[in-house]
Amino acid sequence: MARNKEALVLVLDVGPTMHAILPQIEKVCSMLIEKKLIYSKSDEVGVVLFGTEATENELTKEVGGYEHITVLRHIKVVDGDLLQALQNLPRESVDGDFLDAIVVGMDMLIKKFGPTNKGKKRLCLITNALHPIKDPYEGTKEDQVSTIASQMMAQGMKMDCVIARLTQNMEANKRIMEENDLLLRVFSNKSSTKTVYVESPTKLLGALRTRNISPVTIYRGDLELSPKLNIKVWVYKKTSEEKFPTLKRYSNKAPPTDKFATHEVKVDYEYKSIEDPTRVVPPEQRIKGYRYGPQVVPISSAELEAVKFKPDKSVKLLGFANASNIMRHYYMKDVNIFIAEPGNAKAILAVSALARAMKEMMKVAIVRCVWRQGQGNVVVGVLTPNVSDNENIPDSFCFNVLPFAEDVREFQFPSFSNLPSSMQPNQQQQEAADRLVRMLDLALLGKEEILQPDFTPNPILERFYRYLELKSKDKDAAVPPLDETLKKITEPDPEILFQNKSVIEDFRRCFELKENPKLKKSTRRLLKEKPSGSDDEREALGNGSDAQPMDAIEYPSKIKTEKIGDANPVQDFEAMMSRRDSPEWVSKAIQYMKDKVFELVENSCEGDSYQKALECLTALRKGCILEQEPKQFNDFILHLYKFCQQKDLKSFCEYLASHGITLISKTEAADSEVTEDEAKTFIVKSEQGF
Amino acid sequence: MREKKNLQDLNGVYVFNVAEREDLDRPTARLIKEFECIEEKFDNDIGSKYGILSGSRDNSLYSALWVAQALLRKGSAKTADKRMLLLTNEDDPFGSIKGITKMDMLRTTLQRAKDAQDLGISIELLPLSRRNDEFNVSLFYAELLGLEGDELAQFQALAGERLKDMKEQLRKRIFKKRKIRRIKFIIANGMSIDVDTYALIRPTNPGTITWLDSVTNLPIKSDRSFICTDTGALLQEPAQRFQSYKSEDVMLSVDELSEIKRIASGHLRLLGFKPLSCLKDYHNLRPSTFIFPSDEEVIGSTCIFVALHRSMLQLNRFALAFGGSSNNPHLVALVAQNEIISGGGQVEPPGMHMIYLPYSDDIRHIEEVHADANTIAPRATDDQTKTASALVRRIDLKDFSVCQFSNPALQRHYAVLQALALDEDEMPEIKDETLPDQEGMARPGIVKLLEEFKLSVFGENYEDNDLTTGGTMTEASRKRKAIADNATKEYSKYDWLELADTGKLKDLTVAELKYYLTANNLSVTGAKAALISRILTHMGK
Repeated sequence: MARNKEALVLVLDVGPTMHAILPQIEKVCSMLIEKKLIYSKSDEVGVVLFGTEATENELTKEVGGYEHITVLRHIKVVDGDLLQALQNLPRESVDGDFLDAIVVGMDMLIKKFGPTNKGKKRLCLITNALHPIKDPYEGTKEDQVSTIASQMMAQGMKMDCVIARLTQNMEANKRIMEENDLLLRVFSNKSSTKTVYVESPTKLLGALRTRNISPVTIYRGDLELSPKLNIKVWVYKKTSEEKFPTLKRYSNKAPPTDKFATHEVKVDYEYKSIEDPTRVVPPEQRIKGYRYGPQVVPISSAELEAVKFKPDKSVKLLGFANASNIMRHYYMKDVNIFIAEPGNAKAILAVSALARAMKEMMKVAIVRCVWRQGQGNVVVGVLTPNVSDNENIPDSFCFNVLPFAEDVREFQFPSFSNLPSSMQPNQQQQEAADRLVRMLDLALLGKEEILQPDFTPNPILERFYRYLELKSKDKDAAVPPLDETLKKITEPDPEILFQNKSVIEDFRRCFELKENPKLKKSTRRLLKEKPSGSDDEREALGNGSDAQPMDAIEYPSKIKTEKIGDANPVQDFEAMMSRRDSPEWVSKAIQYMKDKVFELVENSCEGDSYQKALECLTALRKGCILEQEPKQFNDFILHLYKFCQQKDLKSFCEYLASHGITLISKTEAADSEVTEDEAKTFIVKSEQGF
Repeated sequence: MREKKNLQDLNGVYVFNVAEREDLDRPTARLIKEFECIEEKFDNDIGSKYGILSGSRDNSLYSALWVAQALLRKGSAKTADKRMLLLTNEDDPFGSIKGITKMDMLRTTLQRAKDAQDLGISIELLPLSRRNDEFNVSLFYAELLGLEGDELAQFQALAGERLKDMKEQLRKRIFKKRKIRRIKFIIANGMSIDVDTYALIRPTNPGTITWLDSVTNLPIKSDRSFICTDTGALLQEPAQRFQSYKSEDVMLSVDELSEIKRIASGHLRLLGFKPLSCLKDYHNLRPSTFIFPSDEEVIGSTCIFVALHRSMLQLNRFALAFGGSSNNPHLVALVAQNEIISGGGQVEPPGMHMIYLPYSDDIRHIEEVHADANTIAPRATDDQTKTASALVRRIDLKDFSVCQFSNPALQRHYAVLQALALDEDEMPEIKDETLPDQEGMARPGIVKLLEEFKLSVFGENYEDNDLTTGGTMTEASRKRKAIADNATKEYSKYDWLELADTGKLKDLTVAELKYYLTANNLSVTGAKAALISRILTHMGK
């Protein structure tokens, strides 16, 4: 069997108490098969149902017993029929015996593979384990389970148990439940069995591992505490994002009659000189260039290779630090795990001693890592203790990459305590917030944690595989709305909201939200896209005008200022003066500004617009100095004075004089014909003149 | 100054520049290189006089401000950050003149500075202290910079460090505070606040690569074309994608694919709260994103955010939310961070950090891979843990802060780039700050504790540590070793030089050629011709 190939027997409980969650079981099993159909097409899968009215399995024929167990499908390579069968599981009427079903599943694997394929044979049991198993002919139930578990080990089989007990069927017999749980623990202790308890349909979808990856180490070697003390460790990836699959481009050029057409599209890259697009540069003639100011410095890869930073492969301890010094948000990437070299008891002990000491003292270790020889950089990261509570699993460390000095951007933000009191919550508001944070609890004591990452499926990928299956049957199928079970990941659970209705209402009443009336309509963001698969989005957002489903992407691009408006003449003027797309803007701006000042002065009613006019004049003066256009300003102000005197607006001249607006002198702008003294006495003179 | 060079033709001001560059422009390698030799050039070419002298009508400081301001006219005030850095060791530029001229010069210079500041140009002073003589800001520059009261005292105190600070920051890229985007944070139905998101921590890379033609050193662009593999026809980028599934090609359009990904609105949606202990160390995928409230559009956002922030800190809880970007939304943990101020500066801003959580299939159960159900994993005894504790306590990085190391690879890259751009012969050495403190580790106290730990965990025979691994050699590595051994044996049976000289290498089989490659630790991949050429290169032919 190929390295990654797997043989799997699904052992599913279809008895009456399971009916409520069978839809979810159908979904998670189809998902499993859908992924296999793409990524591991040669995996083999069999299906055993228990709790069925009928009995249909080989063991019952050979030795008798094993009633109400039906082999839905023998171990075969995955195909569409299997998927079809799993999507339409029968609803049966008998309370099944999960242990008998496990034995049937094991028997199938043994008959098919014998002792070969160790570690690649898996059983997957999904049941609620609410019903008692039959008493054995001899010995206790526990002994029997023990024997089966050791047989499982001997055959190199693994088992995943998903015990789905939704809240509605909790009134079942406590004693039986406890007995069954005890028996399942025997499996966990004596064989490679992993048991997961599930209380919500969403968790059920995430409980079954559908991605089959054989892990590879990224480093094997020493963890160097000092040059004289090394611990042998292996490093693996602990988390790694499962990416949305990249689909191939489709070409429809092949004639429909061509059965062997691949429909693939080849992407060809051609490199051309920017200056002369007709000249093609062969790929090997390219060279990398890095920006250095406006220049581009060419560096050939050989050159770069010769001079680049080349640290030696190693993992070295720099020291220990207080755990509180490493804030959670500094973790940079996906996470690695350091385990002691398997089978090396001394190394396991050393890791265990360090991990336990660090945990007790709330310390972390800072390490410098170069995973491979020839790697062009170093990684500085933090080891945090990962102390195991399962006696079969050794202690280990989690490793997270930390940022370098260059990676941290020190932006300053206002302190919350310095905010104006209108932005600070009062006592009543704070209490409402405290209640909300306390009550809207997803990890209630004694209940399972809701949306624990370890058991939460990726809703996008779930949707993709489901849609792929739909499309394979009907090529015009539309993208279906997001599944109800998956919606509990993207939206708050209505049940939790209902339970905390009064707390939420209270919170909402305490705070006031309103749209900023000063903002112009045009700067508001526009409705861009509505999420699909949630038609009630608008309703859910409520009817408050502040909560329109707006998307937060970008503002409409800023229109370049071309005129001086009434609202912000100074700003408009400055914007126009700084436009560099044409030299005309400066003279235009000055002209517009002059008109504006005239307009303001002329239309003023008992000096109400003097202040604005003064602001405009000040800006104009500054602009004229900056642009070396003193004459423009000086001529204008003389003209304005004359105008004011004639129109009986003398009060404006006085207003200007009192605010010290003078002509632009030679010292300020070389082109000016006015000396400093003249500039200063100008107002006095002009006043005397009339 | 003897020479003058500026647009305004003012005395005592020299605008330094090099060819092919405007007076105000991005710095070029040539500018840096020539500026480095300004000291020697200064006496010869530019010439110097001391300060502002009485009897002269030249006010060089005033002129300098003016010239600088005129240079900074370029570019709009909105898009560019305009700064003047004033480096001087003269704390009283008008000290040598008296009377009305001094008053006049003082007034006009201050007015000039104020005008510049009014135009959005900030003036920063970097005082250079002279020997035995403290730079006294209050003599003149306090007024020019507009410093008052406490600010003045603070400036005085930090004056010495300012230049040092600037030097240290030189190699660090400076980022302007910029938000990524504004998003809605939906707290409850009908109640959503505005928050801005910021990227406070992102890996810095060596900068974008511009591909050049190695012959002309001119930039090139890449053209992408799509070719149908069945017919060889040139295509437009097709809007259809396909996935082979159940031995069939299932077609999906680009629109359908993006529709699948659209399961959230791009908003951040609160789902509930959990105790911080639920956030495990392995719940991480990407660098976090910082969020801070904004009242700009929705008034009241900040108040709600602050209230939740306080409650979360108080109750040691984080918020679970769904959102992030609209094409790859995620479950996120919002962890409240209290403001931390140290040494007068903000070390951690107040707000929340958005941590991207993995899904079930993103998490790997490595611990279980090597677990054996029948054997109980060794655990450290209390004594062993105790020796480890002593060690942990002793090798302590006091006040460790995450950003105390600069990235040696990046620093090296910048240094190489600079050396190449300036045509320097020597490659500068960059200190690798990330290496462990060898000296510290060799201190007797630490060595003793290390020995105790070694003894307690490994027993007397630490050296056997390596040997035990020999037993656990995997099948694959044993096989590799066998091949290597065989190759060394076979290798000696051929006269390789002779074969190469007579061109008979091609007559050997690939397996035979591989003896040479394996024995010499060369790669054995590729076609036969590639193997032969690799052998010849290795022989130096």
